[in-house]
Amino acid sequence: MTLDPLTLVVFAPLFGAMAAFVAPRAAAAIGLATMALTGAAVAWLATEVHAAGAVRTPLGGWEPPLGIALRADGLSVAMLVLTTGVGLLVSLGALDSFKGTANARLQQYFWPLWLLLLTGMNGVYLSTDIFNLYVMIEVIALAAVGLTVLSGTRAALRAGLEYMYASILGALLFLLGVGFVYLQIGQLDFAGLIGAEPSAAMSTALALMVVGLLLKTALFPLHFWLPSAHANATAPASALLSGLVVKAALYIFLRLTTYMPLPDEILVALIGALGAGAVLWGGVQALRAERLKMLVAWSTVVQIGLIFIAFARAGQVGLTESWKAAALLILAHGAAKAAMFLSAGRIKDEIGHDIIRDLDRTPVRPTLAQFTFALAAISLIGLPPSLGFIGKWSLMEGAMAAGYWHWVAVTMVGTLMSVGYFSRVMAGFLRFDRVRAPVAEHQGWALADLPPLVLALGAIGLGLAAAPILSFIELGYPFGMTP
Amino acid sequence: MTLLSADMPLLPLFILLTSLLASPVLFALPESAARLRTGINLGMAALKVALVAWLSWKVSQGVIYDLSFTMLPGLEFKLQADPLAILFIALSAILWLITTVYSVGYLERGPHRARFFGFFSLCVAATVGIAMAGNLFTFLIFYELLTLATYPLVIHRGSAEALRAGRIYLIYTLVGGLVLLLGTLGLWVLAGTTDFVPGGVLGAVANDQRLAAQLLFVVLVGALGVKAALVPFHAWLPIAMVAPAPVSALLHAVAVVKAGAFGIMRVVYEVFGIETAQVLGLTAPLAALAAVTILYGSLRAITQDDIKKRLAYSTVSQVSYITLGVALASPIAAVGALAHLIHQGLMKITMFMAAGNLAEGLGVKKVSAMDGVGRAMPGTMLAFSLAALAMIGLPPLAGFVSKWYLAQGALDAGAAWVIALLLGSSLLNAVYFLPMLHRAWFRDGSDTPETPGRPRIGWWLAGPPITTALLVLVVGSFANAPFSPLEWTRFVVSIEYLE
Repeated sequence: MTLDPLTLVVFAPLFGAMAAFVAPRAAAAIGLATMALTGAAVAWLATEVHAAGAVRTPLGGWEPPLGIALRADGLSVAMLVLTTGVGLLVSLGALDSFKGTANARLQQYFWPLWLLLLTGMNGVYLSTDIFNLYVMIEVIALAAVGLTVLSGTRAALRAGLEYMYASILGALLFLLGVGFVYLQIGQLDFAGLIGAEPSAAMSTALALMVVGLLLKTALFPLHFWLPSAHANATAPASALLSGLVVKAALYIFLRLTTYMPLPDEILVALIGALGAGAVLWGGVQALRAERLKMLVAWSTVVQIGLIFIAFARAGQVGLTESWKAAALLILAHGAAKAAMFLSAGRIKDEIGHDIIRDLDRTPVRPTLAQFTFALAAISLIGLPPSLGFIGKWSLMEGAMAAGYWHWVAVTMVGTLMSVGYFSRVMAGFLRFDRVRAPVAEHQGWALADLPPLVLALGAIGLGLAAAPILSFIELGYPFGMTP
Repeated sequence: MTLLSADMPLLPLFILLTSLLASPVLFALPESAARLRTGINLGMAALKVALVAWLSWKVSQGVIYDLSFTMLPGLEFKLQADPLAILFIALSAILWLITTVYSVGYLERGPHRARFFGFFSLCVAATVGIAMAGNLFTFLIFYELLTLATYPLVIHRGSAEALRAGRIYLIYTLVGGLVLLLGTLGLWVLAGTTDFVPGGVLGAVANDQRLAAQLLFVVLVGALGVKAALVPFHAWLPIAMVAPAPVSALLHAVAVVKAGAFGIMRVVYEVFGIETAQVLGLTAPLAALAAVTILYGSLRAITQDDIKKRLAYSTVSQVSYITLGVALASPIAAVGALAHLIHQGLMKITMFMAAGNLAEGLGVKKVSAMDGVGRAMPGTMLAFSLAALAMIGLPPLAGFVSKWYLAQGALDAGAAWVIALLLGSSLLNAVYFLPMLHRAWFRDGSDTPETPGRPRIGWWLAGPPITTALLVLVVGSFANAPFSPLEWTRFVVSIEYLE
């Protein structure tokens, strides 16, 4: 078998995970080396896709429907770049935050779990059949639940258990859908899905898979497991879970609804309505949150909702364009939310707590982490020139052009609410009259502040590169019906 | 005008970068590195003035600067240095230099200086970006940046009162920004472009979709009216005066309210075009709104005892002269409006810096405590008095020139009521400014308790208001000299009214 980037992207992290599990002392070194190798493979793949449009390889030379094929186009490479880029920076942040003997166990399990997670996600972005997707989301679920409970606190264990139930249920629904498809058309690859005759059985299959995916990506009202799971994990795990993991199910949703179109305009509107529910309900909860990490987690619920509104922004006819707005928001949220969770973790480490009400009572002001938090908030609120702004612009532009003013209105209300909840935090950073002790300058600056800062600057700066990003994700016509 | 290609096409970008790049460096400097910070601040500010002078010279020679790159298909990030932009950049560059000197004197012993000067630089970068934005999309980017950069300055003191003011400021300006986003999107969907073009881009749309175009005008002007402090969106301005004096000075003279007024200019002249705006029947209501704001601000100013609050309401009133001049739709009034953009900046910055000096040097914050301050601080109070007389409109000071052109423009546009408005407003200006001058110079201050041990203010604080006061005198007296604000204004208006 000749070496090709597609295979390497999936298998490098898999072997890395095994090696890190077997040799826990060298886990960090193995982890970083694996990240570097995977990153190089993704870069290689990106140049190939840039040159050829789409790249495809049948594993072991077996063509579907018998074998498994991996395929990369612009969108999947963009997701891979997001995953490895954010993953690498989060890993670097993790190196510092897991320092010390007390964290030896964290260190030991973090790397194998994270590399396994990376395997699953990379697999999702390159898969071309739905059974393979099912396997990959199970791999992701296994690793993600492990990362959630890594901190070992009681709250994390409880949240992790809830997360696991939700994940298993979601995967089960997805598997049921896969079974229906197999019974109906005897094929599981995307090409088979496209060629399938519409039927009640296929519609049922789609419904089952979509509900399973919505549960996994935590779209309102199936978000119940997300806030406590993301808020109680350790900061690097939260960053990975919120920034990357929920995106895998979202990505599958985008692909599936293209190959098996939603049969009805009403369903598109329903998806958008659920998104609106997420934006409003998540916003209210974030306004009420008492802890910083909980607020950040609720903001993820809001952002997921926003991405689904972007999907539905111009109804069924608009779907051929709307996925781009959704993809921009996915990328923006990935970078910004990882930055925000990492900086929130840094703030918590320095201050010793993350109770929003008391942020202004402490003389300890980790200004660099606070600055990073603010930058991430700029992208999440959607202020220019961040990538979040570009995503929101695309959403509103499409909705306006199609005359769907209700999506514009919901987005604006959501934006205002996000200003409200993030400024609760920011006011705490900037208020000084409740502190008795003198406030020192430039305190709490550490190397661990750098990865989130780079991520946050990336979330803002990538807005300027939106045009090349957009033309890249269209390479290979991800939604041109030729997988 | 012959079009020449620029021999240094990136000049506008460099002007933007002088303050944009200074900002992170200033953030990272330790508090104790006061000399280095002052050096960077003044060096960058002086460099910017020099670059702007060069740019102005080139533009006056007919050179066109236009840089852009695509952010979304069809949608560009675009900087351009047209004469209208130069007017605003020159104002901000010169006043930034002066305010920087003042801020160094005002804050150099206070806390959080690194943060202050970092955001201060960012704020000026945003203002320059607003001035040079070549389309509404780019304008929006810098408009939001301005909001974000000024918020930490407004709440710089970190007290509960400052935070409350900051929250109100943020709510007003971010809602305004969001509405501006809506308007920009609307323009993009309606016209397929957001470019600023003399004569406007909405002529065809206004014919076909009159209602949509009218609605768009209301949305855009309403959004910009928040920062321009048009009634009823003005309430944040008097509250935001809780900010330190140099911030108030910059907010009232250059940065925030001017960004709003400048935006209204761009929208009326270069998005709609003055003719289209007239055809849509929108200039008359805008003029009426401006008139109401002028009177309301002046009336409220009379009853304020807090010096900075009185000045703030005066700003509400004075900035609307600009909107009024734009809305009158006469080239002569436009000259008055544009000149007032500069003149009001010079006058108001003088007054705010003088008010800061009174508070710093004498602890005087109320009008009722101003008795005899003229003798205690002659330099500062002379500057204040000159600016106040200019505001009232005494010839040959700067305020007179703008009011003169506004009045002529009103006659030209056949709106004689504006003459009455201007006279009434001048009278009101006198009613709230003259008592302050009377107290300062003609009342005995012996019964106001001197605060012992208060350090005398140095030249860092006294120099800037005196300098700007001299500028008020110069730009008024030599209004017809080449490169005076008035002359440049005529140049701008000849372009905007070309169509």
